[in-house]
Amino acid sequence: MTHETALPGRLIALEGPDGAGKSTQVRLLERWLAGLGCKVFLTEWNSSELVKETTRRGKRKQLLTPTTFSLIHATDFASRYERQILPMLKSGHLVLCDRYIYTSFARDVVRGCDIEWVRNLYGFAKEPDLTFLIRLPLETAVQRVNRGNRKLKFFEAGMDLGLSPDPQECFRLFQGRVQEQYGKLASLFPFVAVDGSLDVPAQQALIRGQVMEKIELSLFRRKAQASR
Amino acid sequence: MKESYGGTLPRLDLSSLPGTLIVIEGPDCAGRTTQGDLVSRWLEQKGYAVARTGLARSRLAGRSLRRAKTGNMLTQKTMSLFYATDFYDQLENTVIPALRSGLVVLADRWIYTLIARDVVRGADRDWVKRMYSMALVPQAVYYLDAPPRTLVERTLARYSRLNYWEAGMDLGSPGDWYEGFIGYQKRLRTEFSRLREEYGFERVNANRGAAAVFGELKEKIGAMLVNGGTR
Repeated sequence: MTHETALPGRLIALEGPDGAGKSTQVRLLERWLAGLGCKVFLTEWNSSELVKETTRRGKRKQLLTPTTFSLIHATDFASRYERQILPMLKSGHLVLCDRYIYTSFARDVVRGCDIEWVRNLYGFAKEPDLTFLIRLPLETAVQRVNRGNRKLKFFEAGMDLGLSPDPQECFRLFQGRVQEQYGKLASLFPFVAVDGSLDVPAQQALIRGQVMEKIELSLFRRKAQASR
Repeated sequence: MKESYGGTLPRLDLSSLPGTLIVIEGPDCAGRTTQGDLVSRWLEQKGYAVARTGLARSRLAGRSLRRAKTGNMLTQKTMSLFYATDFYDQLENTVIPALRSGLVVLADRWIYTLIARDVVRGADRDWVKRMYSMALVPQAVYYLDAPPRTLVERTLARYSRLNYWEAGMDLGSPGDWYEGFIGYQKRLRTEFSRLREEYGFERVNANRGAAAVFGELKEKIGAMLVNGGTR
């Protein structure tokens, strides 16, 4: 990974398995930072316009293999990285990422990709200044995702891995493996662990506290302009 | 037994692929399509079933990739990765199944063009090569080589205009498309000669008529198939 210390912006990533509450936390963080007057930009995993259609087709028609699943997500990431994340960092923003490269490091390896190959794909990506890993017990995560008896999608449930013909069971086994990979990554990278079984405000307080401690927020305030 | 360039494709068995993988490489207007058509017809006459593949033709990503190129939407690493997605989709879903059925796969370009284009655009050589490390090693690669001046003449004779990408216009050359084309093709050619040494493929002089080029290809491919298509 590249260390571009010269960049005036700061990169904050939230990671964790499905159902951990990343999106909730990252949105609260964004609101708070924006409220403080900071230049902030939030980007989500798998959201670039460029490859959206390809990913959708690949998932709907189940065309994706472990290799192309990994590559299409890397393409999405590269597109957001080159067109948004890097320019935002260069122009002094706080960039918040709802999932970052570690998501691929965990998931794609569970799907059978070689970890070195996957890490090479993302070799151009800057290491975040702060990465939060939200962890919670497998059963809690599974229950949260299954809340409302929503039908799990094929790749979301890890059905391509063929761990079980039952989507619910397959999802549980798949998520177990993903969590195991996150555990391994936590020993390799300086993640800040967040206990996802705490209530939402308690988690957010912890995250904000870390952000204030590690990042000099006054540097990221917009110059005083007509604020309404 | 087919081999890759080092990496292992997850969940794919390469142990029984009796087919033969032949690659025709080279720049645009070197005559790849013409030769591909001739070779394919000739092989079929000899009784070989032929499957053809080429860049940006995958079911998964081909159409989106071509559209993104038209819209100048692609930044450098994004383009590299999008092409890799397209390449591996065809490798896994077209090339390998065809080889498993014992076909001759005639590929219009392989990882070499993809590597050369990325490197010329400033990508880290090692990064690209590792990305393609799971690609199969072809039984034969024929590189149709022609000087940039020949390519530009052929392109103009055929289309009456130069193509934005083939003229390397995304590389930020000034407004001169002719010089842009020559300069870009020169850099590609240098990269190709480097790749040729590294990956050991055969150069075929394409700076001459189609019949002469086809004659040489027939001779080479014929000899290779007699030897069982093994390296």
